[in-house]
Amino acid sequence: MQNLKFKIKVEKLNLFYGDFQALKDVSMEVKENLITALIGPSGCGKSTLLRVLNRMNDLIEGVKTTGSVKIDDKEVLNHHNNLIDLRKKVGMVFQRPNPFPLSVFENVAFGLRIRREKSRGMLEAAVERALSAVLLFDDLKDKLKDNALTLTLEQQQRLCIARLLAVTPDIILMDEPCSALDPLSTMKIEELMAELKKQYTIVIVTHNMQQAARVSDECGYMLLGELVEFGETKQLFTSPKDKRTDDYITGRFG
Amino acid sequence: MIKSEQTEKLAFWLLLLATIIIILPVALVVILVLVKGVPAITPEFIFGMPRDGMRAGGVFPAIVGTLCLMLGTAVFSLPFGILAAIYLNEYSQKNWLSRIIELAIINLAGVPSIVYGLFGLGLFVTFLQFGASILAGSLTLAIMTLPVIITATREALNTVPKAFREVSFSLGASCWQTVRYAVLPNAIPGIITGSILGLSRAAGETAPILFTVAAFYLPSLPQSVYDQVMALPYHIYVLSTQVPNVSEKIQYGTVLVLVGMIFVMNIIAAYFRTKLRKRKTW
Repeated sequence: MQNLKFKIKVEKLNLFYGDFQALKDVSMEVKENLITALIGPSGCGKSTLLRVLNRMNDLIEGVKTTGSVKIDDKEVLNHHNNLIDLRKKVGMVFQRPNPFPLSVFENVAFGLRIRREKSRGMLEAAVERALSAVLLFDDLKDKLKDNALTLTLEQQQRLCIARLLAVTPDIILMDEPCSALDPLSTMKIEELMAELKKQYTIVIVTHNMQQAARVSDECGYMLLGELVEFGETKQLFTSPKDKRTDDYITGRFG
Repeated sequence: MIKSEQTEKLAFWLLLLATIIIILPVALVVILVLVKGVPAITPEFIFGMPRDGMRAGGVFPAIVGTLCLMLGTAVFSLPFGILAAIYLNEYSQKNWLSRIIELAIINLAGVPSIVYGLFGLGLFVTFLQFGASILAGSLTLAIMTLPVIITATREALNTVPKAFREVSFSLGASCWQTVRYAVLPNAIPGIITGSILGLSRAAGETAPILFTVAAFYLPSLPQSVYDQVMALPYHIYVLSTQVPNVSEKIQYGTVLVLVGMIFVMNIIAAYFRTKLRKRKTW
């Protein structure tokens, strides 16, 4: 694990919502083709940290950041940055499955359509590829015209992942992707994640410590905007260095 | 125990009574207009020119005039209203400028309609020298309708879940692409509904067209946007106050035509609203 390439480098990152400091001096390094989990109690800043990586926080008014976030050695927090290119590269899966009220096909093709891909053949190939990657194609190949909202929640979340894969990102950010799913569906999405990490770098925020322990290679524990501890998942869960991490993972807090 | 049951009963009947009293004037107006107006409705009344100092004949020029004004109002108010609403909702930051704009819209909605009429007279008829014309009347009605269109459009945009925008942005869409592909398709039925309701209100207004377009008696159809026209609301006012010896039948018939037109517009609006509700499964 040591000799893997760094994909994301966060250095001394501070983030303010108005007067409230949501991230305090956060530094971490995310390695390529690993699953990195961020855990911690509600409001600890883990989702905020995740949303810095594709600058989704820009949608909220009054957000200020200092410090540095580099993806593939390129600074992300620069104001002149092309957000469209960044988000093409760094995709996001949200907490609740959120397909558009469109057909299955149009959902997956959405990102390509806004990139002005018009060729029917290209679109069909891309949709098939993306749906196959999330193991939905066999189930849905005859239902591509159905409204995506008629699918089960698990299928919807897979579809959302497919919609993301269709625009060929490098990094996938997952913001509690299983919190709306039942345990069986959660297990299946976790299996999918293990499959996806061969090609993608994944950062996942989760409430669920067991999930972090199961799926992630590296893990960070956050508390009140601070990244308390960051390291290999096995090590963090078996012999945490910080007392606060120990309290959290043993259930004394949180 | 007994006491709470009694107050419950009292509350129920009070609320029911209040609701019934609300229906009453609507029902009375509709019944009165129907009973007295229906006998007047003949093909000649709808498609004929007024004759005999408006005491006989039809109201066709007034119907055409009102339709022209509706069209003109739509042409001027819909593009500006809808685009402004999209800007305010999807683009603008909360700063002093957007606050001033919002304040202006609220105040625009509160201006009495006669003031719009005088404003239209001053600006369009006199200063810009459009004369009393369809152009001046449409512009005046359009300004009056703008706040309704803007408010309705913003409400329709706000019913589109924030998640759609987030997803669209996260897939690398620009702000315009997000509006165009993720927001507008889901807001359009609501925008149409609100716009039609706004226009139907304008159709019934008298004060704004009084000095800017409405003709007292003009038994011919308009040839250009610089022509004056008769319009139903003003025609009703004229028939009931300015012309002696007009039969009640013609008065109520004219009212029925106007109410009928507005009713049809509202039905169309309601159709789009139910269509929206059916589609809204998120």
